[in-house]
Amino acid sequence: MIQIYFFYFFAVITILSAVFVVFANNPVHSVLWLITSFFGVAGFFILLGAEFLALILMIVYVGALAVLFLFVVMMLNISFDGLRTGIVQYLPFGLLIGMLILAELLLALVPWDFKDRAFINIATPLDKSDSNSVALGKVIYTEYFFIFQSAGIILLIAMIGSIVLTLRKRPHVKRQNVISQIYRDPNDSIEVIDVKPGEGI
Amino acid sequence: MPFFDTNVGTLILVGGQCLLVMVSVLASLAFIMYGERKVWGLLQLRRGPNVVGPFGILQSFADLLKHVFKEIIVPTQSDKVVFFLAPLISFVLALIAWVVVPFNEGWVISNINIGILYIFAVSSLEVYGVIMGGWASNSKYPFLGSLRSASQMISYEVSIGFIIIGVIISTGSLNLSEIVMAQKGDYGLLDWYWLPHLPMVFFFLVSALAETNRPPFDLPEAEAELVAGYQVEYTSTPYLLFMIGELSAVLLMTALMTILFFGGWLSPFPFIPDGFFWMLIKMLFIFFIFSLIKGLVPRFRYDQLMRLGWKVMLPGSLAWVVFVSFMAHYNLFNYARW
Repeated sequence: MIQIYFFYFFAVITILSAVFVVFANNPVHSVLWLITSFFGVAGFFILLGAEFLALILMIVYVGALAVLFLFVVMMLNISFDGLRTGIVQYLPFGLLIGMLILAELLLALVPWDFKDRAFINIATPLDKSDSNSVALGKVIYTEYFFIFQSAGIILLIAMIGSIVLTLRKRPHVKRQNVISQIYRDPNDSIEVIDVKPGEGI
Repeated sequence: MPFFDTNVGTLILVGGQCLLVMVSVLASLAFIMYGERKVWGLLQLRRGPNVVGPFGILQSFADLLKHVFKEIIVPTQSDKVVFFLAPLISFVLALIAWVVVPFNEGWVISNINIGILYIFAVSSLEVYGVIMGGWASNSKYPFLGSLRSASQMISYEVSIGFIIIGVIISTGSLNLSEIVMAQKGDYGLLDWYWLPHLPMVFFFLVSALAETNRPPFDLPEAEAELVAGYQVEYTSTPYLLFMIGELSAVLLMTALMTILFFGGWLSPFPFIPDGFFWMLIKMLFIFFIFSLIKGLVPRFRYDQLMRLGWKVMLPGSLAWVVFVSFMAHYNLFNYARW
């Protein structure tokens, strides 16, 4: 049962690095530990046989989102001593949220059952001959097309919103005029002169 | 039960394959580096390396020894752990991507059915070596260089992704071996994807150059502005690891280009058998073009680079995905091969 060993390996990695995300002194180290944590989660997906999700997690979260986090954290000029000051003040609130999430997780262990009505909503098993990515594509672009597209539109609106918020016209800024740069003619700007030795121009 | 079907046997077999691929990639990097410097020498009317060994062929090994025996200098204000982690990350990531690259029919360590996605994921992680190296040096120039480099790599990754999606739509599979086999046909090289995806070959070439920080897009290392980019503070073996990582990433891009557009190990003429030989020849030829470009094309300005990435490459490759989807849906001109 080599999967068991791998499960514990990834579990230890994920939990330890999640702990270090919180307790690291330097925010950049926190982000790096967060990336390690993502790696552990990707490992879980692979153990579950969802290799497509694992790699999408790597590409989207590790390859794009965490890089943005890292950029932002590096650019902020944070004094590391000031970060620790309010810890006593915020501790009760943090513990409260932690307890709430723990309670929600524990609720899953309470004996429960599907309602009859819920059975029609459970996805029917797909044709097992398809590979993961093919099966996912078939479901997303047929059954769940509307939800998939609305998720895309929500993201698009968020993007447009952030662009509108940050776009401002600054009048006294010199800009590159791309068209004039592209259509600049070498004959107008360079003159080739055959200089005789010892004479100069 | 034969020995190689047991757990230990499989471990030994896979480990041996990994070692073989790793050693051959690293050894070929030495000679590739030599060949590249010879090409630049020819372009600039110099001789290139010609002292160490016959025709200077052992120059790379001399450089290797020189780097390894130098003193490692660590900036006092640097973040020591991240400082040494960064070159290791870029070295390891550059090597592990080779796990899914098929060199011949069945010559692949791990024939996973999402191989192309794996390569894309690994190459999107390569940016971490650069950012961590620049940040951990705790100095302005490396940091500026790493920011430039990272934003450049992220920008061009997007267009590489769209180009790959076009090929995936044509093949109907994410497996690299199946992408190659979909290009097999009666007409040899006319069946490869370079013909139906012709504009994307050039787009991919440019994006690959930018993604691997090669000239004319080597702005992170623009000597005139930034000394040497994110590598300023690195000496000795850590610097060597960065260099090997970069060169290995370039070689990976040539392999990827061969597989996606030029039929991998397939022979260009129907009457000549396929084989590993063809893969090698094509990779070397594309690398030759990379070297030529490095010697011939002047460096881009940074805003030009970003404009090219976001305003030409991205819309162009996105439009091409729509075009390929259309052609594949109505099955015109052999675009859909599934």
